[in-house]
Order: sequence, then structure tokens, then C-alpha cells
Amino acid sequence: MIDTLTQLAQGFAIALTPVNLMWCFIGVFVGTAIGVLPGIGPALAIALLLPLTYKVDATAAFILFAGIYYGAMYGGSTTSILLNTPGESATIVTAMEGNKMAKKGRAGAALATAAIGSFVAGTIGTLGITFIAEPVVNLALKFGPADYFSLMILSFVTVSAVLGSSAVRGLTSLALGIFLGLIGIDLQTGQPRFWFGVTELSDGINVIVVAVGLFAIGETLYLAAQKKSDTPPEVIEIKDSIFMSREDWARSWKPWLRGSALGFPIGAMPAGGAEIPTFLSYFIEKKLSTKPEEFGHGAIEGVAGPEAANNASAAGVLVPMLALGLPTSATAAIMLSAFQSYGITPGPLLFTQQPQLVWGLIASLYIGNVMLLILNLPLIALWVKMLKIPEPLLYGGILMFATIGTYGISQSVVDLILLYIIGGLGFLMRRFDFPTAPVIIGMILGPLAEQNFRQAMTISQGDISVLVTRPLSLSLLLLSALALLGPQIWRLMRGRRVA
Amino acid sequence: MTLEVHKDRPKGVVWEDTAVGLGVLALAALVAWQTSIIPENAIYAKVGPKFFAWISAGLLAIMGAALTYEGVTGGWEHEESGETDWRSLGWLLAGLVLNVALISTLGFIIAGSILFVLTARAFGSTQPLRDAAIGFALALVSYVGFDRLLGYKIGTGLIERLL
Repeated sequence: MIDTLTQLAQGFAIALTPVNLMWCFIGVFVGTAIGVLPGIGPALAIALLLPLTYKVDATAAFILFAGIYYGAMYGGSTTSILLNTPGESATIVTAMEGNKMAKKGRAGAALATAAIGSFVAGTIGTLGITFIAEPVVNLALKFGPADYFSLMILSFVTVSAVLGSSAVRGLTSLALGIFLGLIGIDLQTGQPRFWFGVTELSDGINVIVVAVGLFAIGETLYLAAQKKSDTPPEVIEIKDSIFMSREDWARSWKPWLRGSALGFPIGAMPAGGAEIPTFLSYFIEKKLSTKPEEFGHGAIEGVAGPEAANNASAAGVLVPMLALGLPTSATAAIMLSAFQSYGITPGPLLFTQQPQLVWGLIASLYIGNVMLLILNLPLIALWVKMLKIPEPLLYGGILMFATIGTYGISQSVVDLILLYIIGGLGFLMRRFDFPTAPVIIGMILGPLAEQNFRQAMTISQGDISVLVTRPLSLSLLLLSALALLGPQIWRLMRGRRVA
Repeated sequence: MTLEVHKDRPKGVVWEDTAVGLGVLALAALVAWQTSIIPENAIYAKVGPKFFAWISAGLLAIMGAALTYEGVTGGWEHEESGETDWRSLGWLLAGLVLNVALISTLGFIIAGSILFVLTARAFGSTQPLRDAAIGFALALVSYVGFDRLLGYKIGTGLIERLL
């Protein structure tokens, strides 16, 4: 505990240097902008900025990326409230309730409870990271390669089969991601895999190409293919004050705390996902509210709770990412690949080998939250302007940045062609309702799972039963099986009872 | 309680969805074929380079079969293709193709500006000259910012040489 505080203090010393404060500010600023702009998210923004890792040192890069990550959460709620097109899936609830508030002329109060709630939850979440990281690291040090492999299986199953709308489509995305991750030279044996005679492919596909293809090109194609309505969606004017009334405060503070309490632990689990805690929070607040009749028509609790849950779970996702090296969202997976490009392996050893990096990063999360509160309330007018950028210019700009991010890796036209192929794939996936995050997670985590599997087999001298004889590994595999088959069995049993 | 899963789905074959399933199966076959030709180096490692490759092929095959089955038994819920705005897609594709074709000769600034104008057109803009001006300014600023300041390697071109 004392140890943690000392290290956190050292982290602040690093995060408070002018250069790192600048990176933090750029991060939260860009992040908020990314969150506000509909259709793009933090995964895309961080992917586009990955080449920066060749230019700046690791601490600065991760302070920047973490700022973008947190910032996008704040910005997303602004868009949901004022435009009702959720920038990211976890803000659907805010869009339902916050947009109703805004339509009733209470946009200011909705934005305020979302921003302050995000601040409260972000800070609680960061406190959570600060104090939970060490126990998780201590636990993780007991993990052998077999346990890691099984943990990754659990993570694969939950992010692809459990969290989406269909297990089959989620697992298809995951399998595609694993395939993309295998392309290139196999690091252990030196054999090229799936290079199809294309020299550029023998080095593997860069995650930037896949992320930008799916999230920028695929999304833009998808939106362009939709029939345009004649009237563009209207940005609601803020008519009331952004200072909440006494009643608003009284109705908001408990949902903030409850939302944080729900969001952080769920986000920190190897499954991740912000959707479950936000929806849970919404239903709990509806149950507990003294004015449940307002839900569905603009209840402030329905904004305060889910927004807090969303932010706290975003903070929670950083726990397995940093302490276990296990990404559970597309954004976390791309951050993990940034670690890899520095030759750093996230996981328990990160805390002993790179304490300045980890604690500087954690300290910058506290600082970033304060900056975000200021950016998102007094400066709200700036973001409203940004929301009014006409679609033609917005997507023109996105495609231009997509080109820079991809072509700027190595001036390779092959990369651009690959980008478009993956973009086309992303378009089809959006069309046919396949989730895209498992592709990125499979691509980054697949090779790591293979590596751990090989290590486990080397240790056990090729005896595959090690996966079920180690208690930890066995329980993780059983959990995976339960997560995968549980819902199907449940459906069958329910079906039988009817018949 | 009723079985809601297939309640209001049309029974029978949905061609689109079946095609997606068959596409995944085809990918699985491709992955399996490519896996079978990975040279195996017998001395090395307990687990060779093929093992995980077979797993990804197998998973794709199972999922492809499941999707095909879903496709021939009523399909699944998603956007209807009748709603597609082909004209917009056409503009956008033209922009992407021209970008690839021109970027290495004319350079990013010109190719990017063209991409910008055609994308804007795809999203319903009717002011190509305004778009060209904005696109060119944005391309210029981002080229200087990313290539010159941040160290991205965007290459050179007609206008880049003048900077």
C-alpha cells in the first residue's frame, strides 16, 4: 500500500513534466474530438497514430494513447446526447435517455451529469487500477504458460461468442482475426505462413492496416451505401445551463457511484466489454429511482449511471491489459501492439521492469480526467461546432487520414490495396452484422496464445493434458466452455419446456 | 414463453446469407490449402507452425458450415441489400482506386485531394470546387504535419517536391 503510493508519487513526477503534460493534453483533446465525431472511435485514432511509436519515447506515447482512450469516452456521450447517433456501442443507453433530456431543453444538465459522472467514474476507475494492479500482478506471477493459454481462450470466447448478438458470427470474426495474425514469418520456426507469394505479406500484416481498413474504410463504405435521408440529423441546441440544479445533483451522485461500482469490476474481468455494465446500471437505476416513470422520457439517473459505468469499465479494461497483457477490447489490443513495437511485453513483469512507464501512465490518467472535465463542460461549445461538420467533409477527411496512416508506414501501394480489401471485408461484416472487434483481438492475441501454447507444450514435453491437470488452467477452460455452451443449453432447455 | 428465435423469419433459403456462409467456407478451404503447404521443420519445437494454422482453418470451416446452415434455413437479421445506394458507393470506389493509382506518381497531396472530393461527392456534396479547396488545404497541412514533423513516410510527389 505504502509502496503503491510511493510509486504513484513517482508516476506523478513523470506525468507532470511539461512534455508529458503536453502529450496528455493532446491525447485528451484528440480523444474527445474522436469521440464526438460520429462513426469513428479510439481504436481507429490510436491505430492511425501508431507510427508515432518510432518517433517518441514509450512513456509519452502511452500517455497520449491513454488520453485518447479516456477522451473518446467523454466525447462519445456528447454526441449521444445532442445527436442521438451513439459514437460507440456502449453509449446507446445515454443516447436513449440523454437525447430525450436534450429534446426537452435539458441538454446542459444531461451533458453535465455525463461529464461529471465520467470524471467521478474515471477517477474511481483509476484508483481501482492503482490499487488492484499489484494484487493482480502477484496473482499473474503464479500463471504458467498453460494457464495463460487457457485465460486467452476464455477471453476469446467471451469477446466473440458471449458479448455480441450471435456466437457464430462472433467466432467467425475471431477465426478471421487469428488467420490474419498468423500471416507472415512464424517467429519460433522461421517458416513463412500464408504469404501467397507476396513479399510484403511475409513480414505479416500490420495491425494498422487491419484496424484502419475495418474501422475507417469499412465504416465509410457502409455509410456511403446507405440511402441518404434528405434532412441530416439535427444537433440539438443547448438551451439550459450546464450547471446542474440541486435536484440534479441529488439525483445524480448515487447513480455515479453505483455505475462506477458496476463498471470497473466488469471491465477488469478477462471478458471486458462496456455494454453489460451500462445496461445493468440503466436497469438498476430504473428500479431504484423515485421517478421511474421518467425513464424513457429523459431521466437524469439514466444518463448518470450508465455513463459512469461506461467510463469505469473503460478504466477496468486497462487492468488485464497492463497486468496480464490481455487485451479485451479492440482499443486495448491496438495499445498492446504499440507495446510490442517498443519491444515491451505487458504483463506482470511490466510493473517491475518499466515502473516509470506504468506509473507515469497511471498518474496521467488522473490528470487526464481533470483536463477532460474542463474540456467537456466549459468548452462544450467547441465540440458542438465539431458535431456540425457536414458529412461529406468529415468522411473525406477520415479517408485522407486513413491513407496517411497506412501509406505512411512504408510508402507501400500493396498496403493500400490490402487496406481496401480489408475495408471491403469490413463493409460486408457491417452489412451482415458481424462484430469487428474480435478480428483485432484475434489478430493480436492469436499469436500470443500460440506462443504460450508452445511454451506450455515445451515444459510438459508435448503432453497436452497439462491444460486440464493444472487447476487454474482447468477452471479457466471450464469457464470458457460454460460461457460458450451455457446460453445454447439454456435455450434448448427453455425450448423443451415449451414443447 | 415462446421460442422467439425463428418466429417471424421467412423459412427457406436466403441467398445472400448462404453466400456469406459459402464465402467463409471458401476462406476455410484456402487457409487449409495454404496450411498444408507450410514447410514443416521436423527438428524444431513440439508444436510446429501448422498447428494453429489448422485450428484457424478448422474454426473457419465450422463457422462457415453453421452460417451456411443459417442461410438455408431463413438467414439472420441484418440490413437489407435493397436499400443500397450504388451511385454513392461508385463515387467512393472511384476515389479509392484513383488514390492507389496516383499516389506513387503524383504524390499524396494531389491523390488525397482527389479522394477527398470524390468521397464528399459520395456523401452528397454538390460543391466540388469548395471540396477541392478544402481537401487540398487539409492534404497540404497534414502532409507537412505528419511527414515533416511527425516522421511518417508519405513519400514525394509533384507538390511535395516544392515544399
